Amino acid sequence: MAACAKGLDKLIFSLRSLRTLQLRNERGLSTSVCRPSPREDNDPPKFTPPPKPVVIDKTQTVASMRKFLSPEFIPPRQRTDPFKFSMERKDMVRRRKVLNIPEFYAGSILAVTMADPNASGKMNRFVGICIQRGGKGLGATFVLRNIIDNQGVEICYEMYSPRIQSVEVLKLEKRLDDNLMYLRDALPEYSTVDPDMKPESCSTSGEVPVNKIKVRMLPKPWSKHWERPRFGIQGIRFDLCMTPRQMEFVQKWAQPWQEYDMLKEYDTSRLEEQIFSEVQREMSK
Amino acid sequence: MCLPIVLTAPTEFTSGAAHGYGNVAATTLGNNRTPDTIVVVVMALPQLSRSLTGLLVGTSSIIQQRTFGVSPVAAAIQKMTRVRVVDNSSLGNTPYHRAPRVIHVYTKNGVGKVGDRVLLAIKGQKKKALIVGHKMPGERMSPRFDSNNVVLIEENGNPTGTRIKVPIPTHLRKLEGDFSKVLAIASSFV
Repeated sequence: MAACAKGLDKLIFSLRSLRTLQLRNERGLSTSVCRPSPREDNDPPKFTPPPKPVVIDKTQTVASMRKFLSPEFIPPRQRTDPFKFSMERKDMVRRRKVLNIPEFYAGSILAVTMADPNASGKMNRFVGICIQRGGKGLGATFVLRNIIDNQGVEICYEMYSPRIQSVEVLKLEKRLDDNLMYLRDALPEYSTVDPDMKPESCSTSGEVPVNKIKVRMLPKPWSKHWERPRFGIQGIRFDLCMTPRQMEFVQKWAQPWQEYDMLKEYDTSRLEEQIFSEVQREMSK
Repeated sequence: MCLPIVLTAPTEFTSGAAHGYGNVAATTLGNNRTPDTIVVVVMALPQLSRSLTGLLVGTSSIIQQRTFGVSPVAAAIQKMTRVRVVDNSSLGNTPYHRAPRVIHVYTKNGVGKVGDRVLLAIKGQKKKALIVGHKMPGERMSPRFDSNNVVLIEENGNPTGTRIKVPIPTHLRKLEGDFSKVLAIASSFV
């Protein structure tokens, strides 16, 4: 307590001295008739903006920070010219410089504020769990799901839409699957997110926490046959809703040859590194 | 052959809000040839069931088996769609053995989206209603609801009920003129 009081005294003293200096200068300039500054005759002094504060996080090295490239940067395997994708990436980076789109995955809890001409206060805030990230390039979307007043609501947001004012991650985590559309057929408690939730701090280095939760489902029929192998869902408790005989029966739809299909291979590792370095360079400019 | 039926109470479900589903699953464990027990899980029963509106209303110890399939959403709301009435009118909330169904959609094509008027058959009578949310995904930034929601309306556009608990999409406000009274009784917007 005494230490901070001393510090406060010093601060006040320095502020006071600054203020007196300022007043002295002003008084000097206003009272003197002939200004002793010949260099500033015709044009007023050019305004130089103060240098931007550079925030250096000294606790972490660049190497330890988690490398994350948003999936919509990776172009799909198509016969289009790569120039189209690089143009799109430029526009995406331009938008990201204005709006900070943080790192998130399917299963993270987000709060999105959107400009809405029809809403009261012109802004509309929605909190929900991200169940799907789709699209590539500027048309990338993510779907947030929440249950409000016993009613399940999903909104599909376009990530680069100018209507989006802010995207904050309240809880950063991954799930066992990339696509959580099965939450529509799961018990409502798994899709309910508190709209007044406070953001939880997440570390910027190390692995993203994986929530290995296995969700309980509502009774069948479901909107899709989630038990079938083509969805490859790990996050459902099938032992509670299906018998072993049914699980065996479902294997009839398995296509085990697909993982060995060479024409379906798309190795994006080198492309990812290139695009990651390119995006880092553009963002730091 | 007598089949012992085991009823499990919904103790594991955390409350918070009452779950909007009241249907029941019957699964047969064990071999199909000699079914030993039918375990029936009865969920907590509020007024509305998950995809069948109006059924399984009333007493909470009904055991029913769902023997029909639910097809995926093709068009938003059309003739013969079963809808969920979301206001607090007596006509919409009293139980009946048949769910309220759409019998006419007042649009050029027979497809109803949010903001369209429809004619419902509820409790043996015809009643006009306004669509306030559907299961079909619509525009990109607009909400998609998990049930087809409808608000009962009079001929002049006045709502029959006095309150709407369920969130309403904000783009209904654009069609201000006719639905201002409906928007006035809405409690929350999404």
